[in-house]
Amino acid sequence: MTATETPAVDNGVNVDALLGARDHMTEMPELAQFNWRADCEWVNGAHSRTTVEKFNGAGGDQTHRQPYSVDTDHPELFAASDNGATPPEMLLIGLAGCLTAGVASVATNRGVQLRSVKATVEADMDLAGILGIDSDVRNGFSGIRVRYEIDADATKAEIEGIVAQSQKRSAAFDVIANPTSIVVEVV
Amino acid sequence: MSALPTSRATDVVVIGGGQAGLAMSHCLTRRSVDHVVLERGETANSWTTQRWDSLRLLTPNWLSRLPGWAYRSDDPNGYMTAGEVAEHLHGYRRSFDAPVRHRTGVVSITSSDSAHLVTTDDGDWQARAVVLATGACSEPHVPALADDMPAHLDHLSPIHYRNPDQLAGGGVLVVGASASGLQIADELSRAGREVTVAVGDHVRLPRSYRGMDIHWWMDAVGQLDERWDEVPDIVRARRLPSLQLIGTPERRDLDLNAVASEGVRVVGRLVGCNGHRAQFSGSFANLCASADLKQGRLLDLCDSYAREHGLDGELGEPSRPAPTGLEPPPLDIDLRAVGTIVWATGFRPTYPWLDPKLFDRKGRLTHDGGVLPVPGMYVLGLPFLRRRKSSFLDGVGPDAVDLTAHLVGHLDRTSPGMADPRRTRVPGRGMLA
Repeated sequence: MTATETPAVDNGVNVDALLGARDHMTEMPELAQFNWRADCEWVNGAHSRTTVEKFNGAGGDQTHRQPYSVDTDHPELFAASDNGATPPEMLLIGLAGCLTAGVASVATNRGVQLRSVKATVEADMDLAGILGIDSDVRNGFSGIRVRYEIDADATKAEIEGIVAQSQKRSAAFDVIANPTSIVVEVV
Repeated sequence: MSALPTSRATDVVVIGGGQAGLAMSHCLTRRSVDHVVLERGETANSWTTQRWDSLRLLTPNWLSRLPGWAYRSDDPNGYMTAGEVAEHLHGYRRSFDAPVRHRTGVVSITSSDSAHLVTTDDGDWQARAVVLATGACSEPHVPALADDMPAHLDHLSPIHYRNPDQLAGGGVLVVGASASGLQIADELSRAGREVTVAVGDHVRLPRSYRGMDIHWWMDAVGQLDERWDEVPDIVRARRLPSLQLIGTPERRDLDLNAVASEGVRVVGRLVGCNGHRAQFSGSFANLCASADLKQGRLLDLCDSYAREHGLDGELGEPSRPAPTGLEPPPLDIDLRAVGTIVWATGFRPTYPWLDPKLFDRKGRLTHDGGVLPVPGMYVLGLPFLRRRKSSFLDGVGPDAVDLTAHLVGHLDRTSPGMADPRRTRVPGRGMLA
């Protein structure tokens, strides 16, 4: 199947709008420049609340339909109050959400009707890193595994191709898989 | 330096005396169009001066057809060495006495109203059309992060690589796992070097499938003839890395499994350098899975072709290459054990003597199937210029035929006097006659 066929499928993805934006941003690369923001406020202990609302892109300031706040905390096992996901779990949420949005987009672009998409994300971590027990152990995940179960009008190879392409075009996948410069300052 | 010769006039200046320039020259000769071919060195210069010693073509000898010329030795299924390719092209040049002016470097091209002034280090040429045929591999493309590498490393590109003895001691990091990178990694490893190869996007194919060379299949299923104005995304198609293949007498496969089994350390895409540690992307598994899927799709296409053409009885069993079965690789390595880094990260054509306005913001020459926006200017021999095989020895010919038809039309339209009767097209023979 190719992108030139009119997809007779509905996965809730507006492919025409996405391809239109792609053409637009190819013509005017400055429109493709985006700036994402999140504001975090400490609540208590390991508990923080981070809110996203405004971002910049497509040539101007933009606003989410409404502000979205996410609480992060640590579980009670770490003597914390467990008011939300741990920050590393939030990364897994970001990865799963990003890859799954990609699966829906790529499937639609390839004319594949999805019936159900389920992903399980697992990540391994040795706490000897963040606790400073062993300086040879990194703080972060030593590996991440994602397992998709997809029910769709497509062969297994086609579904694997959709999942592969989703990884190639995923921002969250790229941020986790590749080094990113981070500058933290105090004002 | 002695006084330069005065300006000379011709209808067409072809720049570059390799397969593209000679194919164009043959087409122009056949149509009696007055032209010269300017070659900075000798015919087939880069085949003689910019290829490593053991290099052989990726395509079998029979796939070396040029307009009015074909492979004429006794091993149609073998793979030519670079020297044999040069000989093939020398023979082609002699066969129609191509008007090649050797050791003539272009300095600048100035175009106005479809007249082009080509300034060279051996005088000027006035022409009504110019064909850029200097090839796709003028310059190795080296990513910006080469500048971040520790100072002790020697840097090498496939254009400058000759053989393992040339390298200083220590391990070798080969960046890139397409045809050049994987062949060089393979050769260095067989010579006993500690080799790491960093793998980005790659295209994996077996050397042979069901007893036939993979290029026979690609030709048969029509993939080599896919057109630039028909593929869904030509920008992407032109960016596609070269095939993971090697042309050896024993017709062996060259893929990540093969080099890993010889002891090459296979890692992900090189993405950074932190002090003395080179960092690699965690996306390796997906790159391998993508390459395996893509290979599977092509081989499915081959099987369909065989079935539809009733060839199943004549061909070998459809046994598929094993999936890329490598463990997740390390995400960084210590460069203090490495002496040389080989940048097999692709090539770019360069045209330093062309007006910068002819390039897009990414530095790519603007053209539509080889026709530049400037009347009378053409380019030939670039990847997927008009067909998937455009940059192959066997693929430049049909492009040269197409562009000659366009070029002759341009000459006829802009002819100052009556149309030259020698070039008047015979009705019914069509543009591509």
